[in-house]
Amino acid sequence: MRIGDYKETYAADEAIFRTPAVRVWMGALGATMLVFPFVAGDYLLYLANLIGVMIIGALGLNILTGFTGQISLGHAVFVGVGSYAAAIGATRLGLPFYLCIPLGGAAACVAGTVIGVPSLRVKGLYLAIATLSAQVILEWVFSNWDSVTGGIRGINVPPATLSGVSLNTDFRVYFLIYAVTAAFTYFARNLFRTRVGRAFIAIRDRDISAELMGINLFRYKILSFMVSSFYAGVAGAVWVYFAKVVTPEYFPLSLSIQFLAIVIVGGLGSIQGTILGAIFMTLVPELLKAGTEAVKPFFPDAMSYLFPLRDILFGALIVGFLIFEPHGLAEMWQRVKRYFALWPFRS
Amino acid sequence: MEDFLQMVASGVVIGGIYALIAMGFVVIYKATGVINFATGELMMLGAFFCFTGMTAAKFPFAAALLAAAMGAAALGALVERVVLRPLMGKATISVIMVTIGLSSIFKGAAQLVWSGDYRAFPPIFPRAPVRLGSVVLPSLQFYPFLIALASCALIALLFRFTRTGTAMRATADDPLAAFSMGIDIRRVFSLSWSLAAVTAALSGVVIGTMGGISPQLGAIGLKVFPVVILGGLDSIGGALLGGFLMGILENLAGGYLDPLVGGGIKEVAPFLVLVAILMVRPYGLFGTREIERL
Amino acid sequence: MAEDALAIEGVTLSFGGLNALSGVSLSVPGGTVHGVIGPNGAGKTSLLNCIGGFYRPQRGTIRFLGADVTRMTPDRRASLGMARTFQNIALFKGMTVQDNIKLGAHAHLRTGVLSSLLYAPSARREEAALREEMEKDVIDFLEIEHLRRKTVGALSYGLQKRVELARALAMRPKVLLLDEPIAGMNQEETEDMARFILDIKEEHGVTVVMIEHHMGVVMDICDRVTVLNFGVKIAEGAPGEIRDDPEVVRAYLGKAG
Repeated sequence: MRIGDYKETYAADEAIFRTPAVRVWMGALGATMLVFPFVAGDYLLYLANLIGVMIIGALGLNILTGFTGQISLGHAVFVGVGSYAAAIGATRLGLPFYLCIPLGGAAACVAGTVIGVPSLRVKGLYLAIATLSAQVILEWVFSNWDSVTGGIRGINVPPATLSGVSLNTDFRVYFLIYAVTAAFTYFARNLFRTRVGRAFIAIRDRDISAELMGINLFRYKILSFMVSSFYAGVAGAVWVYFAKVVTPEYFPLSLSIQFLAIVIVGGLGSIQGTILGAIFMTLVPELLKAGTEAVKPFFPDAMSYLFPLRDILFGALIVGFLIFEPHGLAEMWQRVKRYFALWPFRS
Repeated sequence: MEDFLQMVASGVVIGGIYALIAMGFVVIYKATGVINFATGELMMLGAFFCFTGMTAAKFPFAAALLAAAMGAAALGALVERVVLRPLMGKATISVIMVTIGLSSIFKGAAQLVWSGDYRAFPPIFPRAPVRLGSVVLPSLQFYPFLIALASCALIALLFRFTRTGTAMRATADDPLAAFSMGIDIRRVFSLSWSLAAVTAALSGVVIGTMGGISPQLGAIGLKVFPVVILGGLDSIGGALLGGFLMGILENLAGGYLDPLVGGGIKEVAPFLVLVAILMVRPYGLFGTREIERL
Repeated sequence: MAEDALAIEGVTLSFGGLNALSGVSLSVPGGTVHGVIGPNGAGKTSLLNCIGGFYRPQRGTIRFLGADVTRMTPDRRASLGMARTFQNIALFKGMTVQDNIKLGAHAHLRTGVLSSLLYAPSARREEAALREEMEKDVIDFLEIEHLRRKTVGALSYGLQKRVELARALAMRPKVLLLDEPIAGMNQEETEDMARFILDIKEEHGVTVVMIEHHMGVVMDICDRVTVLNFGVKIAEGAPGEIRDDPEVVRAYLGKAG
């Protein structure tokens, strides 16, 4: 139970983990995550890896949409740009993974700037439409620019190697993925401790006032989009070392919508929320799959209902959360915490 | 030269349909400020309503079309009441995201009800192709085009000359002022969504009769964006002109560029144009520049 | 202070045929509190919006500390030292009081996006320095220490106005434009606010231009007052002179007098 919370220095007040209790919890979480791959089965490990990648991507989208208030419908193809860039770097240029990953991020960042500059100049919702265009255009480029992207067959990528050790199993890749996920979560948290992050939030909440504070709207919106794209690119690059192949079919519009769903369900503007959202939205389709498999004896056609059910579920979650719980899982989690904060004095 | 004319003619035909879709989209944007990302799925549902009317209920085409329009109007009103009304007053960004969620729900629901299979409409139109000078149009392009054209005209007239249309325009311009004039804003919103759903349904039927239907039909709805960016997000006239221009442009691009790039240009060209327009003239041909009011 | 902090010359602002302001001129010496009063619709907020850069007047010039800012964007003017508050409170309701105030200092900070992401030592130092300055000059000054981590949306109207003032102060302004800072406050809050405004002038040397309806406060703290009616300046002078000016009385009470 936490009552008074007094800091003696400003630095202590600004810290990410502000009380001993929080530090203990974080330590426990870290330990769990380190132990997890040793005890988890293949399937869980695969899921965990997928979740890690989705967290990185969704954090990027949340920075743009949740914190800066700009909608992107093309997040999937920016992830794709990162994937292809990393794949090309690894296969054509023979670069190691620790160069390919930032390369993926940078490539996506450049793509983002190209799309962002014309559409963010204008006030309003043009970014949503422009990113939708990017989604269509880049999907086509992925499939048709055979010489670079390998067309429909895509590119096969060898696993990453770290000082001679090949990260060719889910177990080994797990550590790579979560190292990047942890780092990028830390970066995102930092962003909102400083003026740049505050400026993003100001733009979301009331851009006229933000202008008054001396914030150049265009510059910061572009910045937000660049950071968001960089995250997407890194997510794509990391994913390449997980999936070992890049093909155009991995980056459809429905993936962009899935990212949006994660951010909305998790809680716009909450980093914790994004993590919760990514876990939730990755597990839900898996539960759905398990469910349809379970009823197969009674409904032999059940599997054909899987995709439409998933679409309906995603859509319903987006609509439901927006109407009933606009602050997402993060808010629900806060409520749970508040309830227990005063336990056992509250019934 | 004949190829060119043929491409232009086909472009005009598909352009008419794009114009119809765009008009429905602009109606919603003008009346409520919402960018409706579920336009494509509303189209798809309208097509399926008509198709079911013809195959399951055995209606003749005209009756099925009417039934589809009514069903769409009801759906539009339902969506407005259940999903959009609770969000009134919240950030527009939330409403836009809700339409994205709705599009997902509609697509999944359609697939559950009608399965993912691709269906063709039963024969409706006379089979002979139509000759216009040196241009030949297959009947499956020509007649649907006529329907699209008639619908566009109907919508435009409705918006322009009826009291309801005027009320919609007033609400779009300044909801508070309209409210104080005694216009029932909620009814206007409801009607706007019904109208948008009906136009989408009509476009869906037109596309469906041209090329068959499946739950994936909604993807064509995405084409509405290049059209309204070209024409101006809040201009009905722009939607009309933009639709035709985009249809022609798409066909010409397909005809001349496809051999060079190996196919699929028709899907991409409109979006390349969109990005180009954003760079050069973001408000499109007839869109109004936003004036900031404090 | 030889040169005026703010010099407005012949400003005319019209919206499609309707004149919000017609040939309004005004000069405010540095370090003074200047009131702008007038009946509703007189153009007071429009004047403030022109000074702040949200409206571009069709005619006239606006000079700020000697520089011609008529064509400058609002964010540029902010970085030159112009800050304002709004009638309807333009705070970021979802953020804490502390973050709102920190935002005020945005233009004076240097941390870029890379340093932000890494929370580099330079970012750390800047944030710490910001905290210190903010605490001393703003939070203690306006007596809002206990509100630091509260979300603005949860505060009372009077406190929100104070936070807005705090944020404007964090911009280290040379000129502060206040739009009805007292509106909606009770007696005690009004007195506090008036005291704060005077303190701002005296301790920080900030020039204040203030739109207000509360005549008591205007008379008490303003050095000079300008009266607008229907977009035209009808009187200007010391508070005492204005109060007795027949034009002003007529504007407020109508011909029946």
